[in-house]
Amino acid sequence: MSQENEISAVEAVAQVNSETPITIQYLSFVLGKEEYGVDILRVQEIRSWEPVSRVPNVPLYEKGVVNLRGAIVPIIDLRERFALSKVEYTPLTVVVVLQTGSGNHTRIMGVVVDSVSDVISVDKSEIQGAPDFGTKVSNEFINGLVSVNERMVMLLDVDKLLTLEVMEQPEN
Amino acid sequence: MSIDMSQFHQVFFEECFEGLEAMESGLLSLDIGDIDSEVINTIFRAAHSIKGGSGTFGFTVVAEYTHIMETLLDEMRDGRRQVTKPAVDVLLGSVDCLREMLTSIQNEEDVNMESAAQHQAALEMELNGTAGGGEHTAAPVHAAPIVVVVEAEPEEEVVVDEEQGWKIAFCPYLSLLKTGNDPVRLFRELSGLGELTTNVNIQDVPPFAELDPEECNISWELKLVSDATEAAVREIFSWVEEDCALELAPLAKPKKIKKPKPAAAPAPVVETAAPVVATESAPVVAAKKAAPTESDPSKNAPKASSSIRVDTDKIDTLINMVGEVVITQSMLGLIGENFTMDKVGQLKRGLAQLERHTRDLQQSVMNIRMLPISFVFSRFPRLVHDISTQLHKKITLKLVGENTEVDKAVVELINDPLVHLIRNSLDHGIEMPAERVAAGKPEMGTIELKAYHRGGHIVIEIVDDGRGMDKAKLLAKAIEKGLVEESTIMSDKQILELIFMPGFSTAEKLTDISGRGVGMDVVRRNIQSLGGNIDIISELGKGSTIAIHLPLTLAILDGQSVAVGDETYIVPLVSIIESINITEKMLNKVAGKGETFKLRNEYLPIIRMREIFNVKSGNATKSNEGVIVVVEGQGALCGFLVDELLGQQQVVIKSLEANYRRVEGVSGATILGDGSVALILDVPGLVRLSVR
Repeated sequence: MSQENEISAVEAVAQVNSETPITIQYLSFVLGKEEYGVDILRVQEIRSWEPVSRVPNVPLYEKGVVNLRGAIVPIIDLRERFALSKVEYTPLTVVVVLQTGSGNHTRIMGVVVDSVSDVISVDKSEIQGAPDFGTKVSNEFINGLVSVNERMVMLLDVDKLLTLEVMEQPEN
Repeated sequence: MSIDMSQFHQVFFEECFEGLEAMESGLLSLDIGDIDSEVINTIFRAAHSIKGGSGTFGFTVVAEYTHIMETLLDEMRDGRRQVTKPAVDVLLGSVDCLREMLTSIQNEEDVNMESAAQHQAALEMELNGTAGGGEHTAAPVHAAPIVVVVEAEPEEEVVVDEEQGWKIAFCPYLSLLKTGNDPVRLFRELSGLGELTTNVNIQDVPPFAELDPEECNISWELKLVSDATEAAVREIFSWVEEDCALELAPLAKPKKIKKPKPAAAPAPVVETAAPVVATESAPVVAAKKAAPTESDPSKNAPKASSSIRVDTDKIDTLINMVGEVVITQSMLGLIGENFTMDKVGQLKRGLAQLERHTRDLQQSVMNIRMLPISFVFSRFPRLVHDISTQLHKKITLKLVGENTEVDKAVVELINDPLVHLIRNSLDHGIEMPAERVAAGKPEMGTIELKAYHRGGHIVIEIVDDGRGMDKAKLLAKAIEKGLVEESTIMSDKQILELIFMPGFSTAEKLTDISGRGVGMDVVRRNIQSLGGNIDIISELGKGSTIAIHLPLTLAILDGQSVAVGDETYIVPLVSIIESINITEKMLNKVAGKGETFKLRNEYLPIIRMREIFNVKSGNATKSNEGVIVVVEGQGALCGFLVDELLGQQQVVIKSLEANYRRVEGVSGATILGDGSVALILDVPGLVRLSVR
């Protein structure tokens, strides 16, 4: 029940927001020294890290699954997804629960990040396209870049981020 | 009147498909020569409900079509027409055609008018061709029920005037528009009754500056030229009755007074008759739910599964149960306040009660998903009827245990495999009548379709008394097709199971019913995906029995939790044969790698869960420690080596794919008592995984 309420609340926000299309709100979070942002309308909730049940034979960044009020929700470590150095999970480590897809096919998924920092309002015109780093750095998840208080925030494409690759070989 | 009718469409379609089912089964049970009028009545009522419903929802194509059927049925009902085999066949064809139409409408596609027209022509031919005299051909003009009523209330000879109709003074109150009524809509309906002329009176309209657009300041004088009854006209205004002053006067005074009363009587009677009829037929119909929507799962499955009909009894039980749980909960709450140690006993009792209630509650919730298997079975008489006619065989179908309840998901998924199996029995199993007589069997072949519960499973059996399967022929065919080595020694059971191999068919010639060699493997796969299995017993010359075992429900499973490292997995209890402590002596290596163990003179392969699942946590068990869980998957035995057995419990199956994806070796997940997630093992999948 509560889950439905939350989703409808998100939708309500979406409606209000659609009236002022120029600024988009992003939830920003930190991975190491880098700052990322996700569309706030995709954020269902923010939870603290709790132990997950491991799922066998999946890529290492897919940490496992948790019970989120009766739904089985996968948890993905964004540091490992972006091939950043691993860190121990601390009490500050949070899981941002994101939803993806539309209509009847919404999926929810948790991503582990170091900490969430802020809600930023971004003028659409300020968003720059992601530069092409060639093959060195994968920018497939990055929608664009934006500068907030002299800091660079990378805006992530939630749908692409949460599309899990078809069964990779487990990296042992 | 501003109700969005589309919200009722789903219900309407369900009722229509139920009605069609009822008509179909009624038509099939008609015994030519000895007609049960009650059966005809049932068929008639179903047709009538469909006609009424489709009229209401504006599906005129369906309404018109059903009207012709209804006329035909009405004549049969009154005994004015002989029920003949061709007539029944035409009606059966029309049922199919109607179903097609409704499905198209439901899927918001265009109705295939061509086939509709064909069927309609056939119907009309049947109607006109054999109809008695002129008096009958006149019948279709009137809707059937009116005919009945008119009989009861013989109308006085009314000399129809030059202009028959009504003069209506319609003077809405200011508030009419606020109640959501639109006069224009009323007029549109009125004009449906006959020729309508309107005269608007706008003298009350205030100057523009004072005009309130939400008030209705106009009144009308309407002239309706029509033979409609006063009641029919009044009915159109029934929604606005309280918001207007309405005066109705006959247009020109008829010479003979056509008293509004007797004339008006039929209409209300008819009106009430329709719902009464509908409820009367409901119990009959309700038992056979909208199965047809499931016949084409690719198209309709999402729609078919969107709603479910539940017995009110079940809901009542559920409500009672919830009440009990609430009471127990508040009792526990009371104990919890000011808790002292001497209340421990009380607390324990309360908790035990809560557990019991929760379990009952769970059971009743599960019950809601249970539907009688007749939802699937009810369509088979038609199938058998059609195919046996086509094959010129004489076959009766016996249904046993139609009220056995199964999970809704099973009902939806079992249909296609069953259709396939029955077709096989019809085509390959039962012999031609002459052949049967020669073999000393009764000319009439029998196929029995049985459903019953056995040990937490539901068993569906298809038994035929046909020719049975020739094991030698099967084996020869398999060798010929290169599916088996010639030297292989096979048990009878293994030989029979050859028919489940892809590409296997012994039929000498292909028919459009079966024999292409695709199917049986699909049947088996479908049934296995439901967590069931399929067995064959066959005796040459005597017949075959195909038994399908299915789990009662797909939502709950009895599981054995096992520990592997720090992780907990659930093994479905149904697939566990036994669990044994491992000893060094039992282990053997094959070619230095594959491990086997000896269990009562049988060598079984071992799957180390730790290795196959890459578990690194916990203390690595030595090779000679742990427990072997002997499981059966894909017809073969196999041992899972786990660290420890934890306990047995019922677990609620949760989908892993809803938010995540399919994981090999795992069939789903569940939530344990402590809120953590445990994965449920997919035993056949794991066996496959280990082979790779």
